[in-house]
Amino acid sequence: MVASRSNSSNPARIPALGVRVLSLIFLGIILMVLDHRENHLNTVRKTIGTAVYPLRVLVDTPFRTWEWVRETTTARNTLQLENSHLRTQRLLTNARLQRLTALEAENAHLRDLLEARAQVRDEVRVAEIMAVDANPYRHNIVIGSGDLEGVYDGQAIIDADGVVGQVIRTDRHTAQAVLISDPGHALPVEVNRNGLRTIAVGTGELDRLDLPFLPNNADIQRGDLLVTSGMGGVFPTGYPVAVVDSINRIPHEPFADVTATPEAALDKVREIMLIFSTDAAADSTSDADE
Amino acid sequence: MSRDRASRRWPVIVTILIALMLMMIPLPNWAESFRPDWVMLILIYWAMMLPRTWSVGYAWIIGIVLDVAQGTLLGQHAVALCFIVFITVRFNLLLRVFPVSQLTATVFVLLALYQFLLFWINGVAGVTAPAIDYWAPVISGTVIWPAAYMFLSGVRYRARSRA
Repeated sequence: MVASRSNSSNPARIPALGVRVLSLIFLGIILMVLDHRENHLNTVRKTIGTAVYPLRVLVDTPFRTWEWVRETTTARNTLQLENSHLRTQRLLTNARLQRLTALEAENAHLRDLLEARAQVRDEVRVAEIMAVDANPYRHNIVIGSGDLEGVYDGQAIIDADGVVGQVIRTDRHTAQAVLISDPGHALPVEVNRNGLRTIAVGTGELDRLDLPFLPNNADIQRGDLLVTSGMGGVFPTGYPVAVVDSINRIPHEPFADVTATPEAALDKVREIMLIFSTDAAADSTSDADE
Repeated sequence: MSRDRASRRWPVIVTILIALMLMMIPLPNWAESFRPDWVMLILIYWAMMLPRTWSVGYAWIIGIVLDVAQGTLLGQHAVALCFIVFITVRFNLLLRVFPVSQLTATVFVLLALYQFLLFWINGVAGVTAPAIDYWAPVISGTVIWPAAYMFLSGVRYRARSRA
């Protein structure tokens, strides 16, 4: 023991430390270049990601348990109150849905008259956000479904109120997604009132999106609803994204300074919906084949 | 000897796994920037105390795992951790005789260097982040270091006396 300790405390005896560290750093730089240039390393990421999964579950479990405990110990009258509230809400939603069916039929008919392509219906599946923090430099979330559930890269994510973000990386059991508020994320949108198209860019703040490409004379007002325009090919058309909350027209600048508040509760959501649009799924598999 | 080795390895593996989990635990928005670099702190300790067993190779592998867990550029944390652990191993004799106050000051410098490496790699890769994301972990890590040091020393002595 004593001998091994005196050995371990002699730095000169650590064999070729400098060479090792140089080669490891060199290897790291090669990895970074490969990872940054192209996504050559997806399989590596997926393999290690599967190994990280148990840790993520361990981190997530206390939060999940706490939620379960809170749910099971909720008082009876609270539940009844919530139940009746939900019932009224469902009635209202159903009433609106009745009109939707009629409108959809009418829309299909009109599209037929215009000889436009029929709109595809998107399939929506519920998934859960894991209580796990991802990238410190990005607005990322981890979703508790992955390859096994058919989640694919570029898939759109919404919550009950609007667009949340898109999937950027998947492994077997989990997927990482970027929120629309991430400074590196841009989303093609249109103004629901008049179809004016623009791009909503994340600001790094959860409650604000930027619309940097609107000219000073653009027809936009406070309170305008922005919906996805479907131009980027990632998000299906017509999902609500944000409401315009401030417009600042600066006379000597080419573009107005417009910001919007996301409709989705980006910092509060726990359950989200993944949109399986048949077109995009086919596209992404054909991309993977190439 | 092999049993001795194994008994010395477990505490390290467990503490590193705990550090990885601490990196993932969700924090409220205001505290998120101030999350200390748990993995870096714990690797500094073990590299200082057991430099022959826990050296740059392990730091590199753990860095890759951290990169995957956080979705950063693959190799970013690996290179940064590897370099800081190299410095720690290189000067481990010196660091071990430092009193806690001086050691804490050294850890502050090491953490700042670590964040600078991450910042530099981010800059080359074109990832922008607010400056607070870089300096806040240095401060919180330095503040937490004495406690982490006591805790890990406790773990180490207990593990050794049991072996």
